[in-house]
Amino acid sequence: MNYSIKKDKNCLLVAIFGEIDISITDSLREDIDRALDNYGSGQLVFDLGGVDFIDSSGLGVILGRYKKVAGKGGKVFLAGAKPQVKKVLELSGLFNLMEEYSTAAEVIDKIS
Amino acid sequence: MNKAVIEFSSRAENVSFARVAVAAFVSQLDFTLSELEELKVAVSEAVTNAIVHGYGNDPEQIVRLEIRVAENYLEIETIDTGRGIDDIAKALEPAYSTDPERMGLGFAFMQSFMDKLDVISEQGRGTRVKMVRKVRAPGRAAVREH
Repeated sequence: MNYSIKKDKNCLLVAIFGEIDISITDSLREDIDRALDNYGSGQLVFDLGGVDFIDSSGLGVILGRYKKVAGKGGKVFLAGAKPQVKKVLELSGLFNLMEEYSTAAEVIDKIS
Repeated sequence: MNKAVIEFSSRAENVSFARVAVAAFVSQLDFTLSELEELKVAVSEAVTNAIVHGYGNDPEQIVRLEIRVAENYLEIETIDTGRGIDDIAKALEPAYSTDPERMGLGFAFMQSFMDKLDVISEQGRGTRVKMVRKVRAPGRAAVREH
């Protein structure tokens, strides 16, 4: 499994490992959406600390989830991005929409 | 010029193979790790476009990757024989996407991370995406041009 999705305090924590490209985006998208429907959390945290690579298909999943969560008044946080991943996130402009933290634990402490 | 040609099935799991193959072949040039990461993003975008847009996710098609390495630059050409692009100028606009779940940043990343991008496409015949990247700080020479 390249990712784990769990409820942590009052947020949904999605931790992803390895590389995010179209080989995992369909299942990642479906699993996050199912968890959002089940838990109904308004706060979604992406823990990217284990991610070594991301391209625009991965960013599309993050943006799509942002639209879904923000559309219901919730927030999405990005945590732990390594430099190479951060560069792609910066170029995409996603940091303008979502707050960035150095670790997922830091986000969860702050919002819970 | 040193050249490698790879053909592989248009399957999502082969996008990572394409990235690794390019990174391995260009290791003879003095790219930094950070530059290699940028190249991998550009390759990923080009190959993903071929699979998703060129072939409409049909896994039975073939994507061809031509990698050419000269002394101080690299050329990567991604070739599909799929449906082609209706309007190349529009496809090259940042944030243009035919799919709401995608960001439309594929070509923007290719342009950002490479020095030159050429797209040749014909409807119903396929698309060729040629990307060139110079070696910023030439160190040891890789392959002498003859």
